[in-house]
Amino acid sequence: MASLVRSWIPLLILQSFLVAVAFGSKEAEQFSEALLLKPLPDRKVLAHFHFENRAPPSNSHGRHHHLFPKAISQLVQKFRVKEMELSFTQGRWNHEHWGGFDPLSSMNAKPVGVELWAVFDVPQSQVDTSWKNLTHALSGLFCASINFLESSTSYAAPTWGFGTNSDKLRYGSLPREAVCTENLTPWLKLLPCRDKDGISALMNRPSVYRGFYHSQRLHLSTVESGQEGLGSGIVLEQTLTVVLQPETTSVETNMQPSWSLSSLFGRKVVGSCVLAKSSNVYLQLEGRLGHESKNVDTEIEAHKLWKNADFDLSLKPDRVLRESSGLLFIFDIDKSSDSEPFDLGLNWKLPSKWSCQQAPLQASRFLMGSGNERGAIAILLKATESQEKLPGRELTDGRCTIKANIFQIFPWYIKVYYHTLQIFVDQQQKTDSEVLKKINVSPSTDKVSSGMLEMMLELPCEVKSAAISIEYDKGFLHIDEYPPDANQGFDIPSALISFPSHHASLDFQEELSKSPLLSSFKEKSLVRSYTEVLLVPLTTPDFSMPYNVITITCTIFALYFGSLLNVLRRRIGEEERFLKSQAGKKTGGVKQLLLRLTAKIRGRPIEAPSSESPAAESSFLSTKLIFKIILIAGAAAAWQYFSTDK
Amino acid sequence: MSEMGAEVYYQKFHPEGNQFHPLHFFSGPDSYTLLDNVSCASYGVNVAGIIRAPRGDGKESIVLVTPYDFINGGDYEALSLGITGTLFSLLARVTWLSKDIIWLVADSRYGDYRPVAAWLTEYHSPSFKDSDLLKCGELNTADKFRRAGTMAAALVLKVDGRSERFEDTLSIYAEASNGQMPNLDLINVVNYLAVHRQGFYVKVEKVVSLLSSSWLKIIGEIFEAVGKLAHTLNPDWNFGIPTADYLEGSATLASSLYSQALGIPTGPHGAFRDYQVDAITLKVSPRFPPDSKTRQHDFFLRGAKLLEGTIRSVNNLLEKFHQSFFLYLLTSPSKFISVGVYMIAFALLVASLPMVAASLYIDGCKALNNSTLNPAGNFKSWKWLDAAKQVFALHLFGLIVTLLPYFICQVPGQHSPSNRSIMWGTTSSSLLLITFATIPGCSPFSSRRHGTNWAVLKSVTISAAFIGLCLMSIINFATAEIGALLLVPTCLIVQPIKPALRSRRIKSLLGAFCSMVLLTIGFPVMLFAISKGLFGEGLVGLSLGGEFWTWLESLWAWKSATYLYIGMVHLPCWLLCLCILFHPS
Repeated sequence: MASLVRSWIPLLILQSFLVAVAFGSKEAEQFSEALLLKPLPDRKVLAHFHFENRAPPSNSHGRHHHLFPKAISQLVQKFRVKEMELSFTQGRWNHEHWGGFDPLSSMNAKPVGVELWAVFDVPQSQVDTSWKNLTHALSGLFCASINFLESSTSYAAPTWGFGTNSDKLRYGSLPREAVCTENLTPWLKLLPCRDKDGISALMNRPSVYRGFYHSQRLHLSTVESGQEGLGSGIVLEQTLTVVLQPETTSVETNMQPSWSLSSLFGRKVVGSCVLAKSSNVYLQLEGRLGHESKNVDTEIEAHKLWKNADFDLSLKPDRVLRESSGLLFIFDIDKSSDSEPFDLGLNWKLPSKWSCQQAPLQASRFLMGSGNERGAIAILLKATESQEKLPGRELTDGRCTIKANIFQIFPWYIKVYYHTLQIFVDQQQKTDSEVLKKINVSPSTDKVSSGMLEMMLELPCEVKSAAISIEYDKGFLHIDEYPPDANQGFDIPSALISFPSHHASLDFQEELSKSPLLSSFKEKSLVRSYTEVLLVPLTTPDFSMPYNVITITCTIFALYFGSLLNVLRRRIGEEERFLKSQAGKKTGGVKQLLLRLTAKIRGRPIEAPSSESPAAESSFLSTKLIFKIILIAGAAAAWQYFSTDK
Repeated sequence: MSEMGAEVYYQKFHPEGNQFHPLHFFSGPDSYTLLDNVSCASYGVNVAGIIRAPRGDGKESIVLVTPYDFINGGDYEALSLGITGTLFSLLARVTWLSKDIIWLVADSRYGDYRPVAAWLTEYHSPSFKDSDLLKCGELNTADKFRRAGTMAAALVLKVDGRSERFEDTLSIYAEASNGQMPNLDLINVVNYLAVHRQGFYVKVEKVVSLLSSSWLKIIGEIFEAVGKLAHTLNPDWNFGIPTADYLEGSATLASSLYSQALGIPTGPHGAFRDYQVDAITLKVSPRFPPDSKTRQHDFFLRGAKLLEGTIRSVNNLLEKFHQSFFLYLLTSPSKFISVGVYMIAFALLVASLPMVAASLYIDGCKALNNSTLNPAGNFKSWKWLDAAKQVFALHLFGLIVTLLPYFICQVPGQHSPSNRSIMWGTTSSSLLLITFATIPGCSPFSSRRHGTNWAVLKSVTISAAFIGLCLMSIINFATAEIGALLLVPTCLIVQPIKPALRSRRIKSLLGAFCSMVLLTIGFPVMLFAISKGLFGEGLVGLSLGGEFWTWLESLWAWKSATYLYIGMVHLPCWLLCLCILFHPS
C-alpha cells in the first residue's frame, strides 16, 4: 500500500502542476534545468549546471508552493530580500585559459570560500539587522559558518564599486570557509528532483569535488508584480560550475582529450526531471567559425557541423546555434530513457587550439614587504592580448579610455594608510587626478567595522600595465579574537575588479531561445574578475603562555600549602625528643650521611636504621619532603624561565 | 616547464657590486635601490615556473631553487637541474598539492646568492618605475613576473662533486645572515627523510682541524670515562657519549658557532631568511662520477624522493612551523642545543662582570679616599665620572673607526686591499693619538698621579663591556658568546703592569703575563690571523692586512652585525684594557 501511495505522489504533484498550468500559465511555478558543457583550451572541460525556479507573484497559493522551495520563500518574506547571491567556491578560476569576458565567467568566477551579498527592501535603519538575521538563517540552511559575516567587522556596504547601485546592499566574504558536500546537499534539497532524477543526477560527489574548480551559486531576485494586492514573485537561480580534467590515454600533448558524460561524471542521464519544464544539455565550442553561416539549412551542412574532420559528437544535436565566437549545440534529454541513456560524448580527431576571450585587463594582487612591520598591497592590471578587439572603449575628451572599478574590503587589523595610494601607469607614476575618476573610502574602526575602498580608474586604451599600491600597518588583536589556526596568518578578502563600460553577452543569430540559461547569457552582464586571497602574517602571541602561567601558579600554591600544612601539623614536643635522640648519637651522623649519599647514587631506597624511632623518622621525612618540593619547584621555575626566554 | 602545465617567466637582474653604507646595517632588505647607470653589458636571467595547486587557494607557496650557470655549468649542475625538473613534472600532475610550487632556476653566473636575492626583491618589493634593464636584450620580461602568495618554505638543491664516502652524502647548510637560523623542524624533516627513507649520509659542516686535535680527544675520553662510571653507579644515568661522537659534536658545534658569529649566510638560502622564509641548502654529493649512466637512475630517484617528501611535509602543514624553534646550535644533523641550555653558559660567563665591577668600584672609592685628600667629599658619588669620560671617548673613537672604511672607499682611484688597510690603520692610529692628546686623563702615558684610579676605570670598562655583550647577545648570540670568551677573561685579569713588575711576586708576574697574552690575542687583526690558522688556511704573513680588509669588506657587504661588534664593543674595550695595563699607578 505504501509503495502504491509513493508511486502516486509524483503523479499527483504532476497533476496539480498540470492543473496549475491549465488554469493560468501566468501563475504557474516553473522549474527548468540545463547543463552547459564547454571544452577549455587547456585540455579541461567545464560543466555548468543551471537550475531556475520561478514563483510568480500570486496570492492564490498563500504560503504554499508546488515546486518552489519553501525555505527560500520564507527567507525572502521574512527578511524582505530584494536580491541575494550566495556562492561557495573551491579552487581558483584561471582567467587566462578559461576566459574572462563571456557571461559564464563573469557570473560564475567567484572568490575562494563563501561570498554573500544581498539587497534589502527595508528602511535604511533596518538593513543591518536584516543582514545579520539573514546570515544566521543561511548559516543554518547551508551548513556553513556564514554567521561569521554577522559581525560588523566582516561586511561592508559598497555604494557603486560593486556594480549594483544601491545603498541597501551589503557584501561580505569568508575566504577561509572550506567547501564540501555538506554544503552541496542542502543546496540540492532546494531542487524539486533533488539529485535523484534529471540532470542533477549527474552530480557524483567524488567526480564533482575532484575538479580543478568548483563553485556553487544561489542567486535569487524578487519580481514586483506591479498589481495591487499581489505579493512579489521570486526567481531562484541555482548554478554549479565545475572544471574537470578528462582522463586521457593518449600521450600526445597537443591533442584535446575526448570525453563523454559517463567518463566525466561516472554517471549517465536517464531522463529529465519530470517536474522540469525544459531540460536541455548544451555544448559550447569556441573558436569554430570556419564554416560559412549562410547555408546552414541544408541537411549536409548541418551534419557537417557535428561530424567533421576535427571532431564528432556521439549524439545528433537537436539544434545548432551560432553566436559571435563559436557554436552552440542543443540537446534535449527528454528522449532518453533507461534503455537508452543520454551519454553525450565528444571525440577529437585532430589537434586543435583556440583561445578564450579575456577581460580587457588581467588583475593580480600581491603583498609587498615582509616581516611583522609595515607592508603594502599592490594590485597589478595587465593588458591582455584581446584588449584591442574588445568593444566598450569610450572616448572622453578625444581620448580613448578604459574604465575599471576596484572594490576592496580591508579587515580592521589591516590599517591602511589611504594617503599612500600610488598609481603607476606603464611604469610612470601618475597623480591621482590624472587617472582616478571617482574614489570612495570608508576607513576602518578598530574592532568595530572594516574599511572599504572603491575606485574608478580611467586608463588610456593603449595601456600595457597599471599598478596600484597602498601601504598598511598591522594591528594587534586581543587574545580571544584570534581564530583557531592563527599562526597561518590572516586573510584579506579578494578584491573585485569590474569594467563598467564592458558588458559580456552572447548574441545568437537566431531569435528562438526560450531557455532560461540562454536568456541569462543573452543579458548583458558586467565583466568582473576577482583577485587572489592574500595571507597576511600577523604577530601572534605564544598561546602556550597561559599554560606556563598555570604551571608556575600551581607550583607556588603547592609550596605555600605544603609549608602551611607542615607548620600546622608539626608537634613541638616530638621535635624536642628528636633533637635529644640526635644529640645522643652524634658520632654516627657523618657515617649515616655517607650511607645515604651512596644509596642515593646507586638509586636504591634508604635502609632505615632500626635504632631510629618511628616518630623521629616521620618528622625527618617531612622536612626532607619540603626540601624536595622546594628543589623541584626551583628547578621547574628555572627551566620554565629558560625555556620560554625567547 | 610550460609543457608541464606551469606558468613560466623570465626575470632580469643586475649583479650589484658591494656597497658599504654605514646606515644600512639594520634596515630591511627593501633598502635595495636600483642603480641609475644600468649597463646592458652584464645582466643575469632567472627562470621561474609556478605550478598552481589544483584545488588550493593560492595563499601560500613552496620554493625550489636550483642555481645553474647557463654558460659554463658542469655536469653536476645539470644533474641538479634534472632532479628538480623531474620532480617538478611530477608535482604538476599530483592532486595532493595545497600550496603552489615555484621552481626558480637562478642564473649562477654572478654567484649563488645574488640572483636569488634579486628575484626575492622583485617578488616582495618590486619597483613599478621604469627600469633600463628591461630594454636590454631581445627577451622581453616586462610585466611577466608572477607571484604565488606567501612563501612557506624554500629548498635550495645543489649537486656537488663526488662524495668521499661510500654512500651518497647530503650536506645541510642552514645559517643565514646575522646568525639567524631556519626553523629546526625543516632540518629535522629533511634529516629524517634522508636518513631513514633514502639512506643518505647526512652531515652538517664542521671544523675539520678540531677532529684531530689531541686535547679535545683527551677531554672526550674523560667524559666517556665519567659517563661509564656514572652508568655503573646508577644504570639510569646515561649521559656518557663515545669520544668519537664528542669530537664530531664539538667540531660541528664550533663550525655552527663560527658561521653564525660571522653573520654571513652559507648559501642562497640566506636570501630567504631576510624575508622571514625558512630555507635551507641541500648539497648532494653522489658517490659515482657524473658520466656513469647506470648509477644515475638510482641517484635521481632518491634525490627526487627526498625533495618530494620534504615538499609534501611542508605542503600538509596547516600553520607555519612552530615559532619557538629558531634559537639553537647544531651539534649533528639530528642533535641540537636549545637556547635554554646554551644561554646558561653565556649567562654564567657574563654574570661575573657586574659583580666584579661593583666590588672594584667600592675598592676604588676607598683607595681614592685614602690616597688623596680631596676636600670635595660631597662629590663622592661622582668618582666614576672621570673614568666614564675616558670610556665614552674611546667608544666614540671606536664608532669613528667603524665608519672610516666608508670614507676610505670614497677615496678616488683604485687601491689594493692592503693599501686600503694601511690607510685605515694610519688614520685610526693618528685619531687615537689625537684622542689621547686632546681629552685630559685619557692617555695611559700621562704622568699625573691624581688621574683616574685604575680600579674605577676598570669597573666602568667592565660595565661597558657587560652592556655591549648583553646587547650583542640579543642581536647575534654566537658573536656575543665568542666575544665573551675573549673579552671577559681579558677584562677580569687585566691590572696595571708597573706595580706587578715592581713587586716581583710570582702571582702578580703571572697575572701580568696572562693579561699581556690575552691582550695580544684580543687585537682584532691578531684574532683574525689565529682563526685563519685554526681553520686550516695558514698564516698569510705580509698580505695579512689585505686579507683582513677583504674579510671586513665581506662582513659589511653582508650587513653583519659582527662588524659593528668588533668596531664598537671589542675594539674600545680592548683599548681600555690596554690603558689599564699601562696605567701609571
